[in-house]
Amino acid sequence: MSDTVKVPEEEVVEARSPFSEAWEMFRKNHAAMAGLVVLVLIVVAAIIGPPLYAVDPFEMVWAPFSPPGVDGFILGTDYLGRDLVAALLGGARVSLIIGLAAAFVTVAIGVTVGALAGFYLGWVEEVLMRITEFFQVLPTLLFSMVIVALFGASLPMITFAIGVVSWPPVARITRAEFLRIRELEYVTASRASGAKNFKLMFSVILPNALPPIIVQSALMVGSAILFEAGLSFLGLTDPNVVSWGQVIGSNRQYILDAPYTVTIPGLAIFVTVLAISLVGDGLNDALNPKLRQR
Amino acid sequence: MAFVQKFFVRLLYAVILLTAVLVLNFSMMHLAPGDVADTISQSMGGADQEVLDQIRAEYGLDQPFLVQLGRYIGNVLQFNLGYSYFFNTPVTDLILQRLPATLLLVFTAQIMALLIGVVLGVISARRPNGLASHFVTALALFGYAAPVFWTGILLLIAFSLKIQWFPVAGMQDVTVSGGFWVHALDIAKHLVLPAVTLGSIFLALYSRLSRATMMEVLGSDYVRTAKAKGLTEREVVYKHALKNSLSPVITLAGLQFSAVISGAVLVEAVFSWPGLGTLAFQSIIARDTPTILGILFFSAVVVIVGNLLTDLALRFVDPRMGGK
Amino acid sequence: MSGPLLKVENLRIELTTRDGIAPVIDNLSFELNAGENISFVGESGCGKSMTALGIMGLLPEKIGRIASGSITFDGEDLTAASEARLKEIRGNDISMIFQEPMTSLNPVYTVGEQIAEVLRRHQGLSTAQAWTKATELLDAVRIPNPQARVSDYPFQMSGGQRQRVMIAIALACEPKILIADEPTTALDVTVQAQIFDLLRDLQAETGTAIMLITHDMGAVAEMSERMIVMYAGRKAEEGRVDEVIEHARHPYTKGLISCVPHIMQTLTEERHKLTEIEGIVPSLREFGRNNCLFAARCELVEDRCLNERPPENSFGKTQKAACWRAEEV
Repeated sequence: MSDTVKVPEEEVVEARSPFSEAWEMFRKNHAAMAGLVVLVLIVVAAIIGPPLYAVDPFEMVWAPFSPPGVDGFILGTDYLGRDLVAALLGGARVSLIIGLAAAFVTVAIGVTVGALAGFYLGWVEEVLMRITEFFQVLPTLLFSMVIVALFGASLPMITFAIGVVSWPPVARITRAEFLRIRELEYVTASRASGAKNFKLMFSVILPNALPPIIVQSALMVGSAILFEAGLSFLGLTDPNVVSWGQVIGSNRQYILDAPYTVTIPGLAIFVTVLAISLVGDGLNDALNPKLRQR
Repeated sequence: MAFVQKFFVRLLYAVILLTAVLVLNFSMMHLAPGDVADTISQSMGGADQEVLDQIRAEYGLDQPFLVQLGRYIGNVLQFNLGYSYFFNTPVTDLILQRLPATLLLVFTAQIMALLIGVVLGVISARRPNGLASHFVTALALFGYAAPVFWTGILLLIAFSLKIQWFPVAGMQDVTVSGGFWVHALDIAKHLVLPAVTLGSIFLALYSRLSRATMMEVLGSDYVRTAKAKGLTEREVVYKHALKNSLSPVITLAGLQFSAVISGAVLVEAVFSWPGLGTLAFQSIIARDTPTILGILFFSAVVVIVGNLLTDLALRFVDPRMGGK
Repeated sequence: MSGPLLKVENLRIELTTRDGIAPVIDNLSFELNAGENISFVGESGCGKSMTALGIMGLLPEKIGRIASGSITFDGEDLTAASEARLKEIRGNDISMIFQEPMTSLNPVYTVGEQIAEVLRRHQGLSTAQAWTKATELLDAVRIPNPQARVSDYPFQMSGGQRQRVMIAIALACEPKILIADEPTTALDVTVQAQIFDLLRDLQAETGTAIMLITHDMGAVAEMSERMIVMYAGRKAEEGRVDEVIEHARHPYTKGLISCVPHIMQTLTEERHKLTEIEGIVPSLREFGRNNCLFAARCELVEDRCLNERPPENSFGKTQKAACWRAEEV
């Protein structure tokens, strides 16, 4: 027997942590990186903008309807003569804060519900899933409008109102992940070695369920921002705080005379949410196929 | 017959869901500070305690919670959704007045988004690097990120104010007179911009899903069999492939009804469309409790009916979903 | 009948892969006569399915193409035929059935419709006529209660039944050639036997030539008159089934046969040792090289094999083997 079988040289592959691998993949995604850069810029603008550009967005500083570029006002003034740049910077803060906070509430509720349903199964799952479906039947905006109208339009209440209707998709994804992971071997091994339920859920299963949850959370920030914009457009917002949606809503009647008061804040919302969804898509590509192979 | 059985189960489930909606809404109303009597007294310009108590007794507000809830549900079953203090009309009438406008908007937007979405999906699946495909990708990004009211305003500025193709607001032009078709055309003209605005978000979703599904289907074994039979390109794509790619998209559309209604609220505000959305907004500002409850209830009904219709549509498209 | 029904000459099919262009079929020539039953045998990846797809003109669009050679069917060169002409031939003069019956039928149409459409398309039958004929065909492929089952959907049928429907579709227009690509691999053993019986009987009735693609030597022995053994895109051996089994002239064939003891028991008295062919098939990157691609696994390998592609040696009128040491096998 001649041994002329040639074995191809094995390439030596460096072992890397899943995080740096995911980051590598993310970095290669140009759209996602662009989104990240834009997002960082917006965050920076929101943090240092208002102190630096110390104009009160509610103060009438100039004549109304001064177009952009005129008289030193880069973006012009609105129907009350208020500076639009100040409104944008102030609104950035509000949008980002509410976006993050509401997303946090959404994810907290959604993950809890989904984890409990996917772990305990049986009637617990049934009941929780019915509740989830119930919340999916109600039109979210209408419901939040009612909550805000009834209980007051403060920032915390708005955050709560958004969070409490947006959680079903997160719950579904979490539950699906739990159902999948609980059947995997290392979970059975943990259970066999006597791990308690709570520990199983949060230390063993949840960390592995994270990738799709993380992606969904990122997207939830985007939807929360849109949601808040919708509420404030309709006027259901804290009157002491400036918000992009609110600027659009209050200037709506004047689109014939000064369309820029409406188009520019809308553009701000659009760019922010677009950046977030690009980052979210990038996270999806980077996290999901890789970590699933673990 | 399995089909009828399934239908009744669904119906029962829907009823339970709606009852839950009622209970939840009613409880929320009660938890909120202030009540109906306060609202009425406000519109009366203030009232003293005696009058307030009288109003409360009249509207049964002094009864325990469960009794009030029971009364309310009992009324609903008799199609009585209460009386609106603000509009001075029975709530049921109010809603039925505005419901058709919203239904028209919602269903036009959904159907339009579905049809165009599927067509775009088919075209871009066959040419993944073509114009249609890039459009779908771009639309998917922009459709999601742009606030629907902003899109509406942009369209309004562009097509109603700058180029005056479409009317600026409302559903009909009261000065138009004529027969059925004249009015229908008038409404259609008013419908275009709102429906396009509302549909754009969902068009983004449906076209992307349609493209992905269609690409998968075109690579499937049964499409290979169809080609091996010597069928024409048209038969392979439109007869064999298309029908299989429809179910996921239709299913998705069914799940979007509540989102469509939420979007409709904003679109109605932008275009002054006389539907439930505007009514909801007005009654929320006015703290008109019965109307708010009625609208929430009705929108849940619309969503559930939308789901049922979707199931029916699915049954036509995919025989595996039937009770055969 | 003047000349063979199908004549493939020096066929070369190229696939575009990440590593470049590979000849997945390399200089293949063979003939198929009317009414004949031949088998293409070999391990997965040897190109048997590609040959079939090449004949049908169904190579994967962007990545596969016929680089050179000719496929002459009934006097017509298929490699030069227009797509429209190929569509006329497919399902009509040459039909194909595939390996996975569970996914090869369209789930949203009835089996009757999927049979009828071939009849309407190629034979111009009306809807009613096609439906009736479809029912008859279901009967011909031995599906019980065909009048009821013709309006069934594929999900209401078992794998074996679906494969019968595929056969019905393939034979509906009475093609001259039926290509069966691993028709029973995905089915239970008992069902396999039934399908082969059915194919044999139908062939006897209709006179269709069958080109069976398989990796199962047992099936070859049962079904076919002639066999072609493929290895790494090349023809290793060709001949009548009985003569090849009795005395294979290529080391690879010999190895294949020795893996299936029961066929030898029925044909010869000798019992060979059960051997396994060590090693694995070469990757696509190595196809097309000017040496014997089996050399790495061969017992009889010598220097010539590593440096030059072996020629085809003939043994008798029908047997051929591509090996430098074919006489010694």
